[in-house]
Amino acid sequence: MRAYLVRRFLFMVVGWWLLSVVVFIVIQLPPGDFLTNYIAGQEQAGTFLEREEIEALKLYYGLDRTPIEQYLFWAGRFVIGDLGRSFGSWRAAEQPVTKILAEVLPFTIILSTLALIFTYVVAIPIGIYSATHQYRPGDYFFTAVGFIGLAVPNFMLALLLMFMLFRYFGITAGGLFAPEYALAPWSVDKVLDMLKHLIVPVVVLGTAGTAGTMRVMRGVLLDELGKQYVITARARGVSERRLLFKYPVRLALNPIVSGTAYILPGIFGGNAIVAIVLSLPMTGPVLLTALRAQDMFLAGSIVMVEGALVIFGTFLSDILLALVDPRIRQERAVAA
Amino acid sequence: MTEEQAAVAAPESGAPTDEDVILELNDVRTYFELEEGTLKAVDGVSFAIRRNETLGIVGESGCGKSVTGQSILRIVPKPGDTQGNIWLRRNGETVDLASLHPSGREIRDVRGRDIAMIFQEPMTAFSPVHSVGNQIMEAVLVHESVSKQDARTRAIEVLSQVGIPEAERRVDALPHELSGGMRQRAMIAMALVLRPKLLIADEPTTALDVTIQAQILRLMQDLQKEMGMSIMFITHNLGVIANMADQMVVMYLGRVVEQGSVEAIFGEPQHPYTQALMESIPRIGLTRGERLSSIAGTVPVPLNPPEECGFASRCPKFIPGRCDAKVPDMIETSPGHHVRCVLYE
Repeated sequence: MRAYLVRRFLFMVVGWWLLSVVVFIVIQLPPGDFLTNYIAGQEQAGTFLEREEIEALKLYYGLDRTPIEQYLFWAGRFVIGDLGRSFGSWRAAEQPVTKILAEVLPFTIILSTLALIFTYVVAIPIGIYSATHQYRPGDYFFTAVGFIGLAVPNFMLALLLMFMLFRYFGITAGGLFAPEYALAPWSVDKVLDMLKHLIVPVVVLGTAGTAGTMRVMRGVLLDELGKQYVITARARGVSERRLLFKYPVRLALNPIVSGTAYILPGIFGGNAIVAIVLSLPMTGPVLLTALRAQDMFLAGSIVMVEGALVIFGTFLSDILLALVDPRIRQERAVAA
Repeated sequence: MTEEQAAVAAPESGAPTDEDVILELNDVRTYFELEEGTLKAVDGVSFAIRRNETLGIVGESGCGKSVTGQSILRIVPKPGDTQGNIWLRRNGETVDLASLHPSGREIRDVRGRDIAMIFQEPMTAFSPVHSVGNQIMEAVLVHESVSKQDARTRAIEVLSQVGIPEAERRVDALPHELSGGMRQRAMIAMALVLRPKLLIADEPTTALDVTIQAQILRLMQDLQKEMGMSIMFITHNLGVIANMADQMVVMYLGRVVEQGSVEAIFGEPQHPYTQALMESIPRIGLTRGERLSSIAGTVPVPLNPPEECGFASRCPKFIPGRCDAKVPDMIETSPGHHVRCVLYE
């Protein structure tokens, strides 16, 4: 078990390193460097920088060095939490990237985690139901609903849910708080109000991954249900319910657990439109504007942070997988 | 076993009266309603198993011998449905297993405790993520109100009884840590932990090396003597039947075509199918260069089968107008020896 964890941890670190190289290349890709953009931006705004000032900035960003040195410089500063400066694509203010991320990242992480939990809570029971009721009306119903969920665009679902919540429950779903709480100090009521506002984004973001997870659960479970060990257990008098949850469901969870790595990017990537429609403080819109304005330190930082989180999520799912499957703990062949 | 003790054909109605019969099948039919039609996997099978007796069921792949075993425990896969009577004598009374709900409490109570089953595939018979001991203990815990510790002790006992060395350690082994032969022993241990009255063994040695096969067969014989149980041995291997069984049933296309004592059938096979099967066994003393005979054609699929002898299409002694006119009746040609063929009508 320990060797397994150490190995997975090393994989994670290597993953982060590879990601950082890619992100650095992306940051360097646009013509000109950050400074030329910055100077141009400042000039447009009417501020002309002194030569010494430019030199100081060059020194600060290490622009006078070789690319490898620049990478090390950038990555080193990234590690200690200095992500560089945004030159003002977001809210038209030149400010440190960390300051922008502090506004949007915590909420994005909370919402993404909730959406992931929503995906599992909805998809796994339905998958189990569908597999145990294959080709019966319930199975067809959930399959249809699942595919509709997969096909309906996120923003459409967001608008629809917002409308329905407002129309039938009187809840204003846009934003994070109702207007009266927006500037109020934190209180129980404010938290409750926030939770109410979280329903729609969680459902919208979670639905996208639900259909796929449901189908995987159904398919894998159907495979497992016909296996010999299930028949053997049945032949020794184990009840159908106990049998189902002790053996095939547990085995069918393996691909779901390891599939976290595929769902997380979808949730991160899907949040731009949802955040815009629901006016939520999330990374998606920030990334979008940053990319359009070639605000590369901001864009790169978001890609880097979210990518790192996905890799971390994969590491967590590896740990979970080891807990679920003793064969993985032993690092033996999983075949047969 | 003597001729007098040979299995009698099941009576047409009513539960068995013979105290010695522990399980009796009467006109058991297991059909699968498929889109293509009705697949009659088991079509009117009747036989009885006596206390401490070994009954061999032999036939080619697809003859319905495995489904017969599954029908008894009511674990036939969907959409299979079992009709007829399967009388089990337990605690002094007779239960008709065919009348029970396949996932109900009563049949679950029978499974593992009265009738246990072992299967062909030792590789896949255990859940790969649970220890072997866990799955043996489960059989105990499902049927008896004992502590986990007691169940574990029982599991260790039965594992050493089937010849697994270091059972205290192996009880926690995951299935993939055991060899094929060891796994088959563990499966036997799992089946026997509750000392069932009847063990259904569905091709238990087919997937094993020849040397391991002999060990497992010997083990089953020893355990049968030790525990006093009946065995229903399903196999396509006539050699194994000759070795293991007292009584035998030959199945073809979902029906019993011949049944009787092993001595009687090996001594004088009567059904053309049984005769053909015997011809196809390799024998020492066969003249060099002489080819083993094989049965022409293949087993048809019993999908909407016509009302005729199932072997008619492959039979060397086929009589037009008789064999394809109806399903032949079961005829007792000598005491305890039954054959389903128009040649003996």
